[in-house]
Amino acid sequence: MIGLAVCCAALFVLPARAELVIDIEGAGAKRFPIAIADFAGDADASRLLVSVIRGDLERTGIFELIYASGVSMDESAMPRYADWKFRGVDALVAGSVNPAGDGRRETRFRLYDINKGAVLAGSAFITSSMPMLRLAGHRIADVIHEKLLGVPGTFSTRVAFVVKNGSKSYELHVADADGQNEQVALRSKEPIISPAWSPDGTRLAYVSFESRKPVVYVHSIASGKRSAVANFKGSNSAPAWSPDGTKLAVVLSKEGGSQIFTINADGSGARRISAANSINTEPFFSPDGQFLYFTSDRGGSPQIYRTSVNGGETRRVTFQGNYNVSPRVSPDGKTLAFITRGEGGFRLAVMNLEDGQVRILTDSGKDESPSFSPNGRMILIATEIRGRGVLSAVSVDGSVRQRLSISAADVREPAWGPFVR
Amino acid sequence: MKTISILLILLLVGCTTTSDGPEQPGAPVEGRVPTVTADTIEGVDLPYELRDPRNILSQRSVYFDYDSFEVKREYQPVVMAHAKFLVTNRQFKILVQGNTDERGSREYNLALGQKRADAIRKVLTMLGVHEDQIEAVSLGEEKPKNEGHDEMAWAENRRGDILYNGEF
Repeated sequence: MIGLAVCCAALFVLPARAELVIDIEGAGAKRFPIAIADFAGDADASRLLVSVIRGDLERTGIFELIYASGVSMDESAMPRYADWKFRGVDALVAGSVNPAGDGRRETRFRLYDINKGAVLAGSAFITSSMPMLRLAGHRIADVIHEKLLGVPGTFSTRVAFVVKNGSKSYELHVADADGQNEQVALRSKEPIISPAWSPDGTRLAYVSFESRKPVVYVHSIASGKRSAVANFKGSNSAPAWSPDGTKLAVVLSKEGGSQIFTINADGSGARRISAANSINTEPFFSPDGQFLYFTSDRGGSPQIYRTSVNGGETRRVTFQGNYNVSPRVSPDGKTLAFITRGEGGFRLAVMNLEDGQVRILTDSGKDESPSFSPNGRMILIATEIRGRGVLSAVSVDGSVRQRLSISAADVREPAWGPFVR
Repeated sequence: MKTISILLILLLVGCTTTSDGPEQPGAPVEGRVPTVTADTIEGVDLPYELRDPRNILSQRSVYFDYDSFEVKREYQPVVMAHAKFLVTNRQFKILVQGNTDERGSREYNLALGQKRADAIRKVLTMLGVHEDQIEAVSLGEEKPKNEGHDEMAWAENRRGDILYNGEF
């Protein structure tokens, strides 16, 4: 009954053009019971807002949504703590959406700790459109996640990915983290790969083959302005932003082979980092900007290595198996996500960088392109189901999996955007 | 001969941004994303000897073994014919595109495709073609000639292609 109620609310708000569908494949064993009451005021806006908040929390697999009776609750009304406690609720959210003039709306909410009988959080948002109202819902869900779990939520962040529709249609899409509000940043007849968000979330670096060779572009997503930042003779690929957003690590073949260079974000000042006469690719900066993790075949098979940006020794990071690629470091620098090839194919793995322990997180066969959520809790990957590319988000402990797919198209090359304050 | 850079035109459409000034702390900002279209380049006519099906110069593909980056003996006549043409016709430039099968990381495959393109480039330069006549690039697994998912398709995609300017 409860599940059905939430589900119906979610269906109601799906805009007709949205095609990205999210399925949850698993859920944590012990979940946090929370009730999100319908908000008072504008009923349509409340339905949208509340379904966004409920959907965000439910998809984590961490929260158990308790049915809130369908009665709207204003943020100023004192909740009956004893009643909610009796229903097994640990936290309650109530609020309102009201007109604020000029077609704008004001949304207010409060988060209550039922066991302590206290207000945990509350704030207000002014919005002027449906996408903005959705974003307000994501922000509220972020606050709830942070207050209750001690880790900021990532519901108001964005994801980028590539949609391939036939062999002559490639699109770089940007969507909210829940797959809604999907927009096309770039359309091309030629492939687009390796999108990477700038740390401030305003630009995407990626590789485009529109001139019959790989060239690295930086694309401002708000203005649509783009420029080639690495278009040297030969191939230009694998962009990765430095944490301060001033530089990119890229792979250039201008000196023969595939070598890692750093360049300034405007394309100037190319400086070679990798020295070995072997493949060196897929660079990724450590969060402190001091090191680059990368893939190299210098030892005979592709393995992950780490080198200092300012010169110094290079050390090998992966040792198990003969194909370990696509290194990405978690935002806290403690975990390495990568793709490993085993008997079953290509799978997402994580390594604890302190003790070197490796865990394989999926049982799929064609995992690619991992990318951490900005709070480090989830890893977004591309994988394949029944021959079609889909995106999957896997929790770092492997307990929760969400799948995102677009009907009749290949979805690939995901990149989870940063927190944007 | 035209160079490709001139033909690269970018269309910027709908560069409008809506900004709703946040009136209270934490107010969300709308992110509208304009769509940009990347223009690609269409082909141009080439001298007949490069297109004549009876001429070895019409052969442009070099196939590689699995995990191999050496130009096999059976493809050496093709590479030598192109070397001879390029030495005689110094005004011609080529793009060598390396390709791989679909298995594994896209970026790592891009690097593997580069090794194949570089292998062809090295044979050509050894035979007297100038470095500035050749650009060796990789398409990795992105442009499969055969879109299948079996060994036959993969073998067809482990390949280097020679394109003359006008064709790229």
